[in-house]
Amino acid sequence: MSAGLIAVVIVVAYLSLLIGLGLLSNRFFRGTSADYYVASRGIGSFLLVMSLFGTTMTAFALVGSSGEAFKSGIGVYGKMASWAGIIHSACFFLVGIRLWSFGKRFGYMTQIQFFRDRFESDKLGLLMFPIVVALLVPYLLIGVLGAGTVLQKVTAGAFPDLFVATNGGLPFWLGSGVICLVVLIYVFFGGVRGTAWANAFQTIVFIILGGVTVAVISNRLGGPVNATSLVKEYNPTKLKRGVDAEDIQHYEQKLAEYEADPAKAIIKPKPPHEITQLHFFSYLFIPLSAGMFPHLFQHWLTAKSAKTFRLAVVIHPILIMVVWVPCVLIGVWATSAIVEGSAVIPPDFANPNAVLAIMVKKLSDPLLGGLLTAGILAAIMSSLDSQVLCISSIFANDIVGHYIAHDRQTDRQKVFFGRLFVVLVMTATYLLGIKLQGTRGIFTLGVWCFSGFASLFPLLIAAVYWKRVTKAGAYASVLVTAATWLWLFAESGYGANGGFLFMGMMPVATITMASTVAMIVVSLLTPAPSAATIAKFFTPTTPTKA
Amino acid sequence: MKRIVYTLIILLAVAHQDFWWWNDAETMVCGFMPVGLAYHAGVSVAAGLLWALAVRYCWPQGVDLVDATPTDPSGAAGSAHTQLGANE
Repeated sequence: MSAGLIAVVIVVAYLSLLIGLGLLSNRFFRGTSADYYVASRGIGSFLLVMSLFGTTMTAFALVGSSGEAFKSGIGVYGKMASWAGIIHSACFFLVGIRLWSFGKRFGYMTQIQFFRDRFESDKLGLLMFPIVVALLVPYLLIGVLGAGTVLQKVTAGAFPDLFVATNGGLPFWLGSGVICLVVLIYVFFGGVRGTAWANAFQTIVFIILGGVTVAVISNRLGGPVNATSLVKEYNPTKLKRGVDAEDIQHYEQKLAEYEADPAKAIIKPKPPHEITQLHFFSYLFIPLSAGMFPHLFQHWLTAKSAKTFRLAVVIHPILIMVVWVPCVLIGVWATSAIVEGSAVIPPDFANPNAVLAIMVKKLSDPLLGGLLTAGILAAIMSSLDSQVLCISSIFANDIVGHYIAHDRQTDRQKVFFGRLFVVLVMTATYLLGIKLQGTRGIFTLGVWCFSGFASLFPLLIAAVYWKRVTKAGAYASVLVTAATWLWLFAESGYGANGGFLFMGMMPVATITMASTVAMIVVSLLTPAPSAATIAKFFTPTTPTKA
Repeated sequence: MKRIVYTLIILLAVAHQDFWWWNDAETMVCGFMPVGLAYHAGVSVAAGLLWALAVRYCWPQGVDLVDATPTDPSGAAGSAHTQLGANE
């Protein structure tokens, strides 16, 4: 059996399991909208941990982290993972629990419902809706594009007579179509409970596979000590963040040796890549986006009680470490990996996102390759499902339910529209994915979407903790975020300059600061919110006898 | 205790900027893990521990009482804003 066919068998088995989970979760469906969108607010600690972690860890955690480590070294962990560990838990603890309590008391099912209420503004929802959806759609597309591309590559050779143009691999339209269909099935039938179950399963899959993969690869490289020694010899700057004169000299010497005799030198050194202190620090702002993600908001609302959050707050940073450290090590080792006298990664290799797949393909057997494919698909789908359900619930509850039906829908209608929009959103995403296939810009756009959500986070913090924040302050924050984002996005050549920095920092730092200043200044210049709203959100809760 | 825990979390965020390992490609933990990576893995573990302390000592007041409060049975969120919407 060819490696491609083994991958197909493993992926089919894996997707079948997911469909089974979706159908099984449907047996627990109570038929109400609260059950479909927020699982009747009955999700326990373990499922909440797994669904929050699975949702925040996209394919970037597996594929992108090793690719980025290959390109710029170990600094990627500090920039992305350890900041995320501190900030994500802060978001869960300081914001998530409060929002859950508001959701439970006032029956919220979407983030926009909360903002409308908190800022006493119906039209704020209409302003936020297109922004939130526009920032979320590229994420959906990244999932669809990633899934189709991965499946096409790893199944190469499986059907040589059937798919000649793709070297026997599943064509993009088929691979991404299958993934969309599987997500559609379990979200359609299971609602948010289905996504929570699937996320739990998928998160376990990619945690285990990360560990297994690093063990197998390091073994083929002669053990972890030997793998790192090779990096120290050929690309020592990948083991740190700074670059000094000695590093430049070492690089030039190794390059000269390679150019003189490539067969003897084996590894062509990679140019040193410096991460400045300010650049490193400015990554602090990126994980703030988790606080503002509407799909995470929806998962927060599913919690059974405030105490349900405790495990997620504590264990989330450790789960991040468990997934990221192996991937970063594999990416760094890949820069200098030698097996049987030749380089594992070809010199001048220009596609860092393919590093993990190549390392697995060359240094492990087809079975692990197939399982890793399942792990990558797990990471992709565990975010895709929540995002699809979230956009659908915004359409169903905010647009149709509130602005068109004026909150007069029956429960059955709410579920019907939710499911209808799940089908429509998934179909539209799939068709857009087909249209944008091969467009690299969409991946760069993902980072900009993170920045947009992160820049709206101060508004969320203020909504929860600052009584004085006003409707006008909220509008100012949203509009300044949109304007600054568009300005810097244009400055970056609309995402073409992937390494774009503003004043030496990630653009998100400037957008977030501008958004915060606008919100504070305008709030202080405009009348305070009504006493009723302040009482509603800031008066301590008293228990009522059920 | 609450202040101590939040201070420790802020200190962890400050310690995240580990300029002292910035140029160290020599020191390896367990012989294979660059110290800059091992340190940040430690930051992740420390974050877990500090948030555990926060859960123990800084738990938000009032949220547990919500557990005893029945959810809005109508599920129709924000009756107030609907009214406000008409006035905008």
